[in-house]
Amino acid sequence: MIKGDFIDNLPKVYAMYTGGFLVFVLIMAIFEQMGMSADTIGILFVAFTIVIYAAIGWLSRTMAVDAYYVAGRQVPAVFNGMATAADWMSGASFVAMAGGIYFGGHGYLAFVVGWTGGYILVASLMAPYLRKFGCYTVPDFIGTRYGGNLPRFLGVVVLAVASFTYVTAQINATGTIASRALGIPFEVGVWFGLSGILLCSMLGGMRAVTWTQVAQYIVLIIAYLVPVFWMSNKQGFGLIPQFVYGDAVARITELEALHGMGTLEPITEGVKGGLKALSVPFAAAGDSWKFVTLVFCMMTGTASLPHILMRYFTTPSVKAARQSVAWSLMFIFLLYFTAPALATFTKLQILDPELATGIIGKSIADVQALEWIQKWSAVGFAQIIDANADGILQLNEFFMRGDIVVLATPEIAGLPYVISGLVAAGGMAAAMSTADGLLLAIANALSHDLYYKIIDPQAETKKRLLVARVLLLVIGAAGAFVASLKLTSILGAVAWAFDFAASGLFFPIVLGIWWKRANRQGAIAGMIGGFCVGTWYLYMIRWGGMDIWFGIDHLRFAIIGMPVSLALMVIVSLMTPEPDAETQAMVDEIRIPSGDTVLGSSH
Amino acid sequence: MSTDTSRRAEHWQRTKTLMMITLTIWFIFSFVVHWFADSLNAVTFLNFPLGFYMAAQGSEIIFVITLFWFVKSQHAIDRDCGFAEEE
Repeated sequence: MIKGDFIDNLPKVYAMYTGGFLVFVLIMAIFEQMGMSADTIGILFVAFTIVIYAAIGWLSRTMAVDAYYVAGRQVPAVFNGMATAADWMSGASFVAMAGGIYFGGHGYLAFVVGWTGGYILVASLMAPYLRKFGCYTVPDFIGTRYGGNLPRFLGVVVLAVASFTYVTAQINATGTIASRALGIPFEVGVWFGLSGILLCSMLGGMRAVTWTQVAQYIVLIIAYLVPVFWMSNKQGFGLIPQFVYGDAVARITELEALHGMGTLEPITEGVKGGLKALSVPFAAAGDSWKFVTLVFCMMTGTASLPHILMRYFTTPSVKAARQSVAWSLMFIFLLYFTAPALATFTKLQILDPELATGIIGKSIADVQALEWIQKWSAVGFAQIIDANADGILQLNEFFMRGDIVVLATPEIAGLPYVISGLVAAGGMAAAMSTADGLLLAIANALSHDLYYKIIDPQAETKKRLLVARVLLLVIGAAGAFVASLKLTSILGAVAWAFDFAASGLFFPIVLGIWWKRANRQGAIAGMIGGFCVGTWYLYMIRWGGMDIWFGIDHLRFAIIGMPVSLALMVIVSLMTPEPDAETQAMVDEIRIPSGDTVLGSSH
Repeated sequence: MSTDTSRRAEHWQRTKTLMMITLTIWFIFSFVVHWFADSLNAVTFLNFPLGFYMAAQGSEIIFVITLFWFVKSQHAIDRDCGFAEEE
């Protein structure tokens, strides 16, 4: 059913899908008017979308190697852009980014700049060349370009560490959303989320993940944009909220002065874990060094994360790979330039005493009577402490979790519950699509590079694909198990995945394309050195009691790892013989788009 | 084969130049403007403090435009040098 003519009919198929989804939202809105409970609507939203994704996964099942690993290389640029955007925007981007901006203000925008600008590196330095190379996985490129099993193996190790750090957080997010929407315990929610993820990817590999990710992008972008447009128009800011919130930013700066930001004593006693009060001025520029170092780590990490790079192996041509990077950025941009607008509107809603929704400066008894305050306080996401016992809520007496900004905004702004259900489905789509891509990246590297290329090069197609699926299952289960232990605070931030990948993979990939002289010894030294020094630094500042160097904290450890990787790779390459003529000819070949790929379509 | 070699050399030279231009734009809007965010904030743009605006929207818009421009330019180079793929 999904073949040949399916590719030709893609715009029609997804237009129908989008229409169908909108009709579903409308039906839910009607049910809400007819008195259906909020919980039921939440369940229907999450269940309906997961069933659709699973159906797409089932229809895309395959037993062909190139369909499993690179979706048969027939994904058009625009659709691959959508799939990459879903692959890219994690549960963290969807749920936590606006909250981060709400609390962190200007300083947090370094993530927004870093996670968009990285695509310039992907397009200009990497994606088209890797596509021409014709590899299935990132270690496949490293292994073939540098020769021998050791570089390939090291590539697999860095990939697995970076991606696993990331996937645990994603499975955790699916668990959180599933447990809240379906009313099941978190530990069960994690396994439920995982089964949804595996249904999308196990039978059809990259092909199935591609078509579900496109579907997930459509859900998540609708879910993100609708509440913001709605709020903006309701509050009279104008039709296109992203361009008109300048006044709101200025008003927040006034209100911060009015509410005494910076002069109030921070309260720490009795505050529940994970909750924060506002303490950073919204629009003031912070430390420039911190900003640019974080931007740098996130950008180079973007260009090194294998689950993103491998999406560009699926396009029909080198030109389409390049175009598709631009489309990816465009689709990601839609959400990322909305997040600051959302954070601004929510902040204004809460701070402005002249708005009906404002809570700061109002009487605590009134605020505690609000439905959303009660609901989110009950689950430990919000808290009020009347530290000076004056009965009035001050800026430093209201605490909340960043996640609320996206999840509760519809309620704070008094939008119908159907919007909250939509947001839950969007968050689920964001977390599932990223988890899918990451699990597949790890399982493919282990099955193709470790099992097929290193352990058993004689394995038959059937056996290879069986191994790939078993590994997917095992890694998914491991991820869910770790997530269910709730170790996320120990495993740390999503940012670590970027730093791991940048420390170990950025220069071996870039120099493999742009510097013919780069050889095997250099790549080995660069991967081991960069990855180990970066990891050592992270360990020492986090658990080893070492002071941080030059303000480079645990979010930015690639700043330490990357120079080591570059220096070692250049020095060791120059000290050892240059690569053989065959390898150099191969590099020449990947630099031009025309002609056959270096590796065959089935290898 | 010598024409092929010279075409390849020209193609790679132009590709490298384009890469350098693209990365220069990238560098300015990733790092330089944000380094001076404090001074930029004194300027107001569309009612936003400019430094905040560049981080929230400005840089991102320029990245998107740059990338579509890069794709077009690189394809023109490929075509001129005869290395574009057959459609």
